[in-house]
Amino acid sequence: MEEYQIETKNLNVHYHKLKVLKDVNIRIPAKQLTAVIGPSGCGKTTLLKSINRLLDIHDDVKIAGQILVNGENILDQKTNEVPDIRKKMGLLSQKPYPLPMSIFENVAYGLRIHHQKNKEEISRIVEYCLKETGLWNEVKDRLHDPATRLSLGQQQRLCLARAIAVKPAVLLCDEPTSALDPISAQQIEKLLLKLKKDYTVVLVTHTLRQAKRVADYIIFLYFGMVIEQGPAAEFFANPKNPETKAYLSGEIS
Amino acid sequence: MNKRKLRDFIGTKLMLMGTLFISVLFFLILILLLFRSSLVLESHSITDVLFSSIWNPDAGDFGLAAVIIDTILVTGIALVIAIPISLLSAIYIVEYAPLRIRRIIRPFVDVLAGVPSVVYGLCAFIFLVPFVRDVVAPWFGAQSTGLSIFTASLILSVMVFPIIISLCIESFDAIPIALKEASLSVGATKWETVKKVVLRASAPSVIAAILLGFGRAFGETIAVNMVIGGMPRLPSSLFNPGETLASLIASKYGELMSIPIYESALMLVALILFIVVLLFYLLGFLILRRAKKRWNY
Amino acid sequence: MELLNRRTLEENLFKILMFASLCIVLGSLVIIFGLVVINGASSLNIEMLTQTPTISSPGAPPGGGILNAIVGSLLLALPATGIASLISIGIALFLQTDFLSPRVSNAIRFMLDVLWGIPSIIYGIFCLMIMIYLGMSSSVLVGMIALTMLEIPIITRCMDEAIKMVPIGLKEGSYSLGSTKFETAVRVVRRQAFPGILAGMLLGLGRGIGDAASILFTAGFSNRIPTSLFDATASLPTMIYNLYSTPLGQSKAFAAAFILLIIVLIVSVLSRLLTRRLKKHIIK
Repeated sequence: MEEYQIETKNLNVHYHKLKVLKDVNIRIPAKQLTAVIGPSGCGKTTLLKSINRLLDIHDDVKIAGQILVNGENILDQKTNEVPDIRKKMGLLSQKPYPLPMSIFENVAYGLRIHHQKNKEEISRIVEYCLKETGLWNEVKDRLHDPATRLSLGQQQRLCLARAIAVKPAVLLCDEPTSALDPISAQQIEKLLLKLKKDYTVVLVTHTLRQAKRVADYIIFLYFGMVIEQGPAAEFFANPKNPETKAYLSGEIS
Repeated sequence: MNKRKLRDFIGTKLMLMGTLFISVLFFLILILLLFRSSLVLESHSITDVLFSSIWNPDAGDFGLAAVIIDTILVTGIALVIAIPISLLSAIYIVEYAPLRIRRIIRPFVDVLAGVPSVVYGLCAFIFLVPFVRDVVAPWFGAQSTGLSIFTASLILSVMVFPIIISLCIESFDAIPIALKEASLSVGATKWETVKKVVLRASAPSVIAAILLGFGRAFGETIAVNMVIGGMPRLPSSLFNPGETLASLIASKYGELMSIPIYESALMLVALILFIVVLLFYLLGFLILRRAKKRWNY
Repeated sequence: MELLNRRTLEENLFKILMFASLCIVLGSLVIIFGLVVINGASSLNIEMLTQTPTISSPGAPPGGGILNAIVGSLLLALPATGIASLISIGIALFLQTDFLSPRVSNAIRFMLDVLWGIPSIIYGIFCLMIMIYLGMSSSVLVGMIALTMLEIPIITRCMDEAIKMVPIGLKEGSYSLGSTKFETAVRVVRRQAFPGILAGMLLGLGRGIGDAASILFTAGFSNRIPTSLFDATASLPTMIYNLYSTPLGQSKAFAAAFILLIIVLIVSVLSRLLTRRLKKHIIK
């Protein structure tokens, strides 16, 4: 019996009058790595961004249905409570986007926003997060250099450190390795596997191989609809739908 | 000769000539101003001219200090008013306004930018002069005809709005959405994202925009001339008339054709204007170039 | 939760300030247009548009219209814009299409930006000096030259920006087919950037027709319609500048301002439409 941390019920998302997500019902188990797979343009990113209500910032988006996080429907929350919802979920984007500040300040950003004033506490947390993401040794001598001077792989790890600094419960990752070289990609994957012990990880990926490597749970999205979902082993061994089979065999991609 | 080659040759040479012409023009203007202002500098030292506040051409005094101070006051106040208003407006337009409202406001700002200086001056004369005379000055306990340094600052700030606003909108728009999403995802509010990410990332462009606005305000001739009162003397209050460097030239333009030394003094003023604007543009350019090296979004 | 409320409060406070700022900006525009439209419309009649100012006897109000200014403005600005555009397109194409090294091109662009930004009175002074040196007097011709110089930097930079949007792949494609640099410049680039080029010309025209400082003493002033290039002439801006402070002349000033604002609006609307068309038809 798994705990389901995130559930959606009849989630429908319209973007510019186009239906992007249709009647999506999913369950995401806690403290495991759930991979959302499917061909490009099928709504995976939209699904991810609806979970932390990041879709709100776009005009012309209509969301209907329920998104339950720990039992509470986050779509009910008023607009000015949304930042607190987002705090519980970290986001890792496709391309690393370090904020226009130093390495230290990037990680400390979330802490400062939430008015953490104690300097020692901030330093401690920054060091911890950088160590957790394997960056500490590489940057400890240049913590106050601009973050944009790091390599892409380092930048992505920095973004990860930044995300976990505010102690989220969930990590939403949108194809975080697609812009990276293979070695950096591997580092990120290893990190996610390590982090899933403490955080619920939702990983959008469009490489099946990545999903096979890291996922505990799979959700297969095709043209905005959930075709199949379930534990990874079962999903890959016994796909039930024809579309799933087609995707797994490489017919559609 | 091959017809195609001939056409090519002539066309290329014509383009080259045009480009040479405009490059030469830049230096020609500079040289002409330098040359013509040298006359007054022969009989008056540069410190006398810049730091004396006695402007009495009939007696041979060409002290520009009063005019320089007026210029700094007028420009400074105009920018102190314009910068926060323009910045806040630009932030609202880009980050907070719904798309429909945004589409309507953008053209309005562009139209504001296209209004000629004379029209600004005319409206300032009809509206702002009585306003300052009857409302603002008495409120501060001062007496004024309405033709004053403050009036000039007010109309100048309005003229600077569209410059700063449209440049800021451009630079805010250039910031990738994903960067804002990154900030929002750690739980920042939209305003905090604007403060700490958007403004920071576009700071060099914003500074360049302000410098451009400064340059415009500094050199604005006609509108200022119409409401400042034409008194090149040290002001005892902001509600006194004054004269800026640019409006001085417009006021005394007629003298340009009579007394050589007077003309030379005005040429010096024009030279100062040219160099100051040049310096502002140079500064803005350097800031933008340095910024591009540091952050490349 | 309380912390979030404090942060939201700060945001709401600034939202109010932002809205107020926007109101000030838009309000200024409304006031300017309001003043000009109300005062201008009331003084605009057939007489105003078709007559030149009548020299009246002292004591009697000046009559007549502003035809001299209207004709003067057209005579000054239209040819100036035409000539400036021709020169500008040459410069803009030259800058873009690989004739010069990027460094030199950017230096020239910088000079153009400075020339755009200097107060227009400097162009007036420059042309005045040349005028005196050549023994000429204030006339349409000198005014036209001053406006041409004023407009070239503006039009060139606008065209430059429009041409920049032409994707480099198009240029390369043209070269690979055997076109020379010149031919590529003229055919491929110009066609793609055409709406933007037009918009630049419009912007230059708008600026030229509204500028007073550069033609104040180079074009002079006259109550009559100019009959030759060597006549002094009034223009809409100089009309306003000369008459704004006399209560009796204000009706003419507002009429002229009204016409100027209409021109500004037309230029603004047209250039907006053109840049939108440019974005639609661009090949990526």
